[in-house]
Amino acid sequence: MIIPHPLLGPRDAQEFTYMGDAALIDRPDGMAEGAAEAFDTYLHARDNPAGLHRELWYHEAGDRSWLVVTRDTRTHEITQVELARDVARARGRSQ
Amino acid sequence: MTGRRLEHGGQIDRAQALRFRFDGRALTGHPGDTLASALLANGVRLVGRSFKYHRPRGILSAGPEEPNALVTLRSGARAEPNTRATVAELFDGLTATSQNRWPSLRFDALAINDLAAPLLGAGFYYKTFMWPAAFWERVYEPLIRRAAGLGRLSGAPDPDAYDKGFLHADLLVIGAGPAGLAAALAAGRAGARVVLADEDFRMGGRLNAETFALGDTTGADWAAAAVAELAGMAHVRLLPRTTVFGAFDHGIYGAVERVADHLPDPPPGTPRQILWRITTRRTILAAGATERPIAFADNDRPGVMLAGSLRAYANRWGVAPGKRVAVFTNNDDGLRTARDLRAHGVRVAAVIDARPDAPDPRIDGARHLPGAVVIGTSGRLGLTDVTVRTADVREFRIDCDALGVSGGWNPALHLTCHQRGRPVWDDRIAAFAPGPDLPPGMAVAGAAAGVPSTHGALHSGHAAAAEALDALGRTAPPADLPQAEDAPLALRPLWHVPGTRRAWLDLQNDVTVKDIAQAQHEGFGAVEHMKRYTTLGMATDQGKIANVPALGVMAELTGRSIAETGTTIFRPPYTPVSLGALGGRATGPTFKPTRLTPTHPWAEAQGAVFVEVGQWLRAQYFPRAGETHWRQSVDREVLAVRAGVGLCDVTTLGKIDIQGTDAARFVNRVYCNGFARLAVGRVRYGLMLREDGIVMDDGTTARLAEDHFVMTTTTANAGPVFRHLEFARQCLWPDLDVQLISTTDAWAQIAVAGPKSRTLLQRVIDPGHDISNAAFPFMACGAVTVCGGLRARLFRISFSGELAYELAVPARYGNALMERLMERGADLGATPYGTEALSVLRIEKGHAAGGELDGRTTAQNLRLGRMVSTKKDSIGAVAARRPGLNTEDTLELVGLRARRPDSRLAAGSHLFAPAARTEAANDLGWVSSAAFSPHLGAPIALAFLRGGAARQGEVLRAVNLLSGQDTEVEVTSPHFIDPDGERLRA
Amino acid sequence: MPDLAPLTPLGGTTPRRDRIGGVTIAEACDWALASVTARRGRASDAAGRMAAMIGTALPGPGAMVRSGDWRAVWLAPESWLLAAPLAGQDDIEARLRDAVGDAASVTEQTDAWARFDITAANPARVGALLERLCNIPPARLTPGAATRTVFEHLGVIMLRETDDSLSILGARSSARSLHHALTTVARSLA
Repeated sequence: MIIPHPLLGPRDAQEFTYMGDAALIDRPDGMAEGAAEAFDTYLHARDNPAGLHRELWYHEAGDRSWLVVTRDTRTHEITQVELARDVARARGRSQ
Repeated sequence: MTGRRLEHGGQIDRAQALRFRFDGRALTGHPGDTLASALLANGVRLVGRSFKYHRPRGILSAGPEEPNALVTLRSGARAEPNTRATVAELFDGLTATSQNRWPSLRFDALAINDLAAPLLGAGFYYKTFMWPAAFWERVYEPLIRRAAGLGRLSGAPDPDAYDKGFLHADLLVIGAGPAGLAAALAAGRAGARVVLADEDFRMGGRLNAETFALGDTTGADWAAAAVAELAGMAHVRLLPRTTVFGAFDHGIYGAVERVADHLPDPPPGTPRQILWRITTRRTILAAGATERPIAFADNDRPGVMLAGSLRAYANRWGVAPGKRVAVFTNNDDGLRTARDLRAHGVRVAAVIDARPDAPDPRIDGARHLPGAVVIGTSGRLGLTDVTVRTADVREFRIDCDALGVSGGWNPALHLTCHQRGRPVWDDRIAAFAPGPDLPPGMAVAGAAAGVPSTHGALHSGHAAAAEALDALGRTAPPADLPQAEDAPLALRPLWHVPGTRRAWLDLQNDVTVKDIAQAQHEGFGAVEHMKRYTTLGMATDQGKIANVPALGVMAELTGRSIAETGTTIFRPPYTPVSLGALGGRATGPTFKPTRLTPTHPWAEAQGAVFVEVGQWLRAQYFPRAGETHWRQSVDREVLAVRAGVGLCDVTTLGKIDIQGTDAARFVNRVYCNGFARLAVGRVRYGLMLREDGIVMDDGTTARLAEDHFVMTTTTANAGPVFRHLEFARQCLWPDLDVQLISTTDAWAQIAVAGPKSRTLLQRVIDPGHDISNAAFPFMACGAVTVCGGLRARLFRISFSGELAYELAVPARYGNALMERLMERGADLGATPYGTEALSVLRIEKGHAAGGELDGRTTAQNLRLGRMVSTKKDSIGAVAARRPGLNTEDTLELVGLRARRPDSRLAAGSHLFAPAARTEAANDLGWVSSAAFSPHLGAPIALAFLRGGAARQGEVLRAVNLLSGQDTEVEVTSPHFIDPDGERLRA
Repeated sequence: MPDLAPLTPLGGTTPRRDRIGGVTIAEACDWALASVTARRGRASDAAGRMAAMIGTALPGPGAMVRSGDWRAVWLAPESWLLAAPLAGQDDIEARLRDAVGDAASVTEQTDAWARFDITAANPARVGALLERLCNIPPARLTPGAATRTVFEHLGVIMLRETDDSLSILGARSSARSLHHALTTVARSLA
């Protein structure tokens, strides 16, 4: 596979490490009310789409950016790649 | 002797003779020959035995599709079994040996299988080797293994080097026949970066095997001129002898270049083969087509060949495969073979044409038999005659020692299937053609696309290139293509000639028309079922020849069309790829990278024994003169640390530099215990959890400044922890002011441990740095200089339980520092110790390490549950509080001490009550680390025990069923040494 | 000066040099290295101060610059590797900290890396070598390019300063594996 890195262009997948669903960005607040239930969902509930899937890839042998890659699970076609940090901020994560 | 070299013709160098041997016989050929063409030129017809029935077999084809002519090439360690003689380029000194026969090729004892054929039909394995079950492993498996396979591996290490590499192209053209050359010329002239790969050693494809003209020259000369023009273009890469074996995601193709397979021995350093990973924007598959036979009774005799191959041997290699040849065809291309052979002066006995309305090719001396079929053959080890049935149902024999069979041509569309593409049946060519769902970026041209003529191939190659160039933003040059034959395909499908004797479809796996009928009869009518039940298409040739005729037969049997019957698809690799090529340079000790510690040269000089720890090579122990067992060395090293001072390179622990105004907040969130208020100049033990509450790693983290921490990780987890921290930094808290970088390799870190460690350090640390107990207490850290001004970091931390320090200096000075410490500590008994002693020391102290942090254990299991702070949000804290991880009888870390000092205690043992039966229901826990404690004079261990904290003093059994050990142990505190930590603070 | 003798990453007292078929592979130990990573919201501030110090703007993704004695390589977003000639005990970390103040974090990296300089009289040899090493298109490794990638399971930084040269930085601890891979490929091309 080739992953088009938003800063470095197309890169061989062997430079990357895969983690999983980009929903892992949405970590619940551990001190909030109902944290136990929220973490249960965060840790265990995953969509398994036949189609577009947003997932986390780490450019381990590259610039160490975490990326959110949108990949079609049926064809491996990659339609979008973003810096995970930008995605996290857009989803309201900060400090 | 039937075949012979013709007087003239062929693209071979007749001036030069190459000597080679087949089954010990000395023979000669010429440069330009394949092993197959040279064998035929020497009159050799019998080259192998079939897999199941051990039937005599000869050369069938002239290309990669060959199912029969598999030989073991070369000898000794270089011996390579199952090599296709049809693609093996001849070289001087080549040796080849036939396979699957004993004692000899002409007399094979297992040919008796052929007599038992009625018992060995489709599904034979599934019916025979079923009962009794007791026979599976002792009788059937050895039997099947002995009979299985064709050639044998040498068993010796491969002496040759292999390499790999990466190519990048705008356009990859696969196949250098007329379509591929036209495509490459168009793209090359337009300035695109082109890679042109062809598996043959001579580019040109069928143009080298045909006699018709291209413009005012021959096909072979036109191809040579095209290749010469392409070779002159700097942006075009020609890869002859290169098989593109797979089409992978995102425009990646796998290819093997046989750099030195055609040389007696690869020159030193030169790889024998190179595995290329080609990344391309567009691809044109111009792989040509493969001729298919027609099945008829006893069609497997040596001498029965594909008609187009027969013609290729005559035209390209100047070889007449027989003295008297017949042709059996259902299309006009078979007539071309008859004409070409006659033109070479070969006697053509008959043209047996299944088409009732077949045109008469008017070949001198040949009988023309329209509407006729071959219904049988004779000749024990080679063809002597064929029996023909004519349109008016007369049957008679025709003497011939070679028969060319043509049932039509199948596009070589294998690579179009590699991403689940399905071929579609095309009635116009009576064959499967590439389907619409091709790998992205791929186009198919020429015969591979089902285009029958040379004219069509040239023009479709050019058109495919023009389309690709357009997509690449380039303009195709005008087509400058020669006039070429444009004969229509005149074919009447015929899959098999009905009869009572066996008619072969898969020649390598011995699958006949009857087997297909039987599979159908027994309910295995779906294509994929039929394939597995009969093993059709599952030999080394993967059904390149057999698949489509078998589908034709199946369609007939079921009364369906072939399109309705369906087809199997092809997966990579297109042809077998050697494991050597896949391994590339990574062999033996260089299979994976090795990491060496900064003090490695010193440790080597000390005669250390090394152990692999992940990629690292670490000193395991340092044997001294007179020590005959590793335990003697390890016990000595352990006692030396406890009594005096020991030195150990601990550079392999991961070091992560963490800076930023939010560094303390960040560290506080990734460890479950508190770090926010760690003072500058102090170190703390940290426990890191995964988000699911399981322990991920542990280590000490030092605060060098308000905004500067150095975290250590275990050796194995340095990479994963860094990745985890980057995830937390970028994805969870993107606005924290934190910067991370690994400094594992930058610093050489040496543990100086033992009651005399401070005395030793005071001798190397420069004056002005006070490291007294008051000024530099337990868990202190700071910058110092050593040996006359060298920048260093000192940490007062202890893994052994003794007064101990770790001293870090820039890595390049690590070796010299170790030597200096040894020299200055000589009178203190300074002793180097390795990973074994390190492990004994930490087990004695009750420190957790790899055995305890195995990805299943929690802070509670380690009896560190109270470290998980409830006052803050840290990774894993919420999940660590799950009820399931906090039960009364949870596993808890304990110490074990063997009751008898001479007993053995092994990690992995399970714990049982003294009277309990040794079975899973009674399992109380397991031993995670074990060692002989020289301090206690007995085997000790760390273990996870149900409700362990409350069971101190109990006697249990540690049982290891693998080694048969059953050892009585007493449950103790995990801290065998100095439980109150007085030594640490001395 | 400390009275300790340093070793090269390959474990020698002097850098190793191999000449194989027109290609020279030279172990090089003459750079002091440090990473400079901007603090939150301080990227342009840090870049400005660095530019003032080294005399040219810091490079963008996939690139390197050279200015006087300094080389700067883009490592990661808002992060660069700085190289200066290694002279005795001079402390590159302190020099850079002085320059960037609180706008960036600085970490010394001198000893974290082994470096091999590859030179060839014929630039095509460097290209041929690259093609066997890593899956970076040659068009992306033209002079001025710098990128981190992987080959033979080794993380490396490739620096292409000129047409006929290439510097490869790899982890110091695996210097021998890196050297083995480079010399093996060079011999295979010789």
